[in-house]
Amino acid sequence: MAGFVHNAALVRNAMHKPLRILAWATVALLGAVAVAAVALHRGEPINALWLVMAATCCYALAYRFYSKFIAAKILALDGLRATPAERLENGRDFLVTNKWVVFGHHFAAIAGPGPLVGPVLAAQFGYLPGTMWVLAGAVFAGCVQDFVILLFSVRRDGKSLTEMAKDEIGPVGGFVAYLAVIAILTILLGVVALIVVNALKSSPWATFTIAMTMPVALLMGVYLRRIRPGKVLEVSALGFVLVLTAIWGGQYVSQNPALARVFTFSAPTLAILIMVYGFAASALPVWLLLAPRDYLSTFVKLGTIGLLAVGIVALHPTLHMPALTRFVDGTGPVFAGKIFPFAFITIACGAISGFHALISSGTTPKMIACETETRMVGYGAMMCESAVAIMAIIAACVMEPGVYFAINSPAGIVGQAPATAAATISAWGFPVTAPQMAALAHAVGEQTLYNRTGGAPAFAVGMAHIFSHSLGGETLMALWYHFAIMFEALFILTILDAGTRVARFMVQDALSHVYKPMGRTSWYPSILVTSALIVAMWGYFLWQGVKDPLGGINSLWPLFGISNQLLATVALCVATTIIIKLHRARYAAVTLAPLAWLVAVTFTASWQKIFDASPRVGFLAQARALEAAPATSETARLIFNNRLDAAVTGVLVVMVTLVLFESVREWLGILLGTKEARLKESPFVRTRLAMEEQG
Amino acid sequence: MNRLKDSIGGSAAKIFETAIATLREIFDEAAYARFLERAGMASSSKAYAAFRREFEEAKIRRPKCC
Repeated sequence: MAGFVHNAALVRNAMHKPLRILAWATVALLGAVAVAAVALHRGEPINALWLVMAATCCYALAYRFYSKFIAAKILALDGLRATPAERLENGRDFLVTNKWVVFGHHFAAIAGPGPLVGPVLAAQFGYLPGTMWVLAGAVFAGCVQDFVILLFSVRRDGKSLTEMAKDEIGPVGGFVAYLAVIAILTILLGVVALIVVNALKSSPWATFTIAMTMPVALLMGVYLRRIRPGKVLEVSALGFVLVLTAIWGGQYVSQNPALARVFTFSAPTLAILIMVYGFAASALPVWLLLAPRDYLSTFVKLGTIGLLAVGIVALHPTLHMPALTRFVDGTGPVFAGKIFPFAFITIACGAISGFHALISSGTTPKMIACETETRMVGYGAMMCESAVAIMAIIAACVMEPGVYFAINSPAGIVGQAPATAAATISAWGFPVTAPQMAALAHAVGEQTLYNRTGGAPAFAVGMAHIFSHSLGGETLMALWYHFAIMFEALFILTILDAGTRVARFMVQDALSHVYKPMGRTSWYPSILVTSALIVAMWGYFLWQGVKDPLGGINSLWPLFGISNQLLATVALCVATTIIIKLHRARYAAVTLAPLAWLVAVTFTASWQKIFDASPRVGFLAQARALEAAPATSETARLIFNNRLDAAVTGVLVVMVTLVLFESVREWLGILLGTKEARLKESPFVRTRLAMEEQG
Repeated sequence: MNRLKDSIGGSAAKIFETAIATLREIFDEAAYARFLERAGMASSSKAYAAFRREFEEAKIRRPKCC
């Protein structure tokens, strides 16, 4: 009987094979047409659906064929091998979980503001470079990194990237990975804080909305603790309604001069407030505020991403940004530098992000029930993240280019006065007028939209533009804009408090080797000292950005991009080392090719950021230019900041060179037979789950 | 026809159940349920406070991506 059923399945399969080939050939053809349309179309604006179709077909093909090839030929996923979730199940960290649940959990952890902000900034080159990098980078690099690191962590009892680097490459690898994580966290927190500052400065409506999330979160905390313990989804929905009410109420605050004054802050004041918030969040037991805000932020994040996806497909807006702009030559106002390498470090999370390797070797591997599920969770979730980046490109490019550049260009480049800024941008070939910008600012309920660098306001205008064309029209434009600002700021503040605490724990762990009590996470002197240290570190970058005449993003976002991609370099070194140790060196190009690309990108970017002769690109050239210019009270500090940024970039490059050197030595040793390929995998244990299912 | 309807209804119910389970995991409701089961407690203000104490230590060490 079993044989008959098996044969029937084979016959059915054989019958379906031509149909499957036809279906995949159609997907490939559609994808080729869409990519060609996106890449080759010039002149007339194109519809956003071309980008959606190109992305959908690329992801489908990559998942079906490339990830399957990696799973079968390189990783040899074994469904019979028990995962740590099964072997070490404790009901807390290690837990056998449904694959779709793990997928959602993993996606919620990797999706942050990065895939929204990076593509918006890179849109200064036009929609084409960002789109191509997001698609190719995700399919061949980002998804691969997340997938292989997840699987290798699963085979090592859920070990972290730092531990795997130490075990497989050597102590230098582990140490550099650790330092890279601290560096990336510090720079990341400084940059994202700057984005919030730039979004909230001189905006009473936006500041009021964000301020209101605090009492809303406290209310949620009381509800969770006292009224309906543990009903997080319920209270998050309630909190969401309250925040929407706050957004609606914000317009009355901005229209009332007395109230507007209370909620109007300059950039330096906001920076100080955010540093105080970061310190309090790390050092004080304020879960009643932070945990509900975290839930609220996740609720809004998932809802907004879903809403934006539906909105783009349903409304299929037209992209007004050209495929390529004149700024491919490196003279862009948003950030200076040519497409290569700067487009590839500006867009990290949507294409490849080293930070994802921390998530793939953090909570997720401890929840995987079966090895074969790592493909869907690791590769699949990163594809979704990449789709979010495509949505961000669309949101940035639906705006008229003149408006996009007016929002994203710092005053130091286009001038302070509206008429001067509009004239400068129009002279670049992107027409915009001061009355047009004033009308737009009025429509979104802001006093001005000039010089709102950082990407968040531009994304918010793009998102408001998409939705207001069908849902509520121009009358709701201001509400949509402030909804998007609230969504991004809430999101970023959650990352700030979580990131500060994660970095604090890492520093406490490290200091415990010097003085044991410092490692005690409940010892208050240690908490205060390490919290202050971490906040001072990212606070310095934030302050530097706030005071930078070029808007801060020009210096700090590339620095963040470089550190993030260097962490990805470490992750790909670990992955390549393990693949070679698995005796699959002939397939090592799967991780070696993205590794080589990232090394080329990050090392070129680092070299240019340190040594380029243009003061807008090179940190040292800018320091020299400042020295030559008439001195002001700020000059000495600006010179120091540029030299510090150059030194930080240099240190990051040296650290990663060390990991590369160690890795190559390990690979050559194994390939030449002078070193034993010793893997630090957990021993094979046959799963009981499959047997339980069968019998 | 009825079988098709049942099958579509069954699939929709399954998708809905999985979506809810995912949200419960993301929002830590599932972790709270497991804690209650492990500790043999009923949901209450006190139980939730105990859960938060145990859970915070692990949760705050988790990195969140940019």
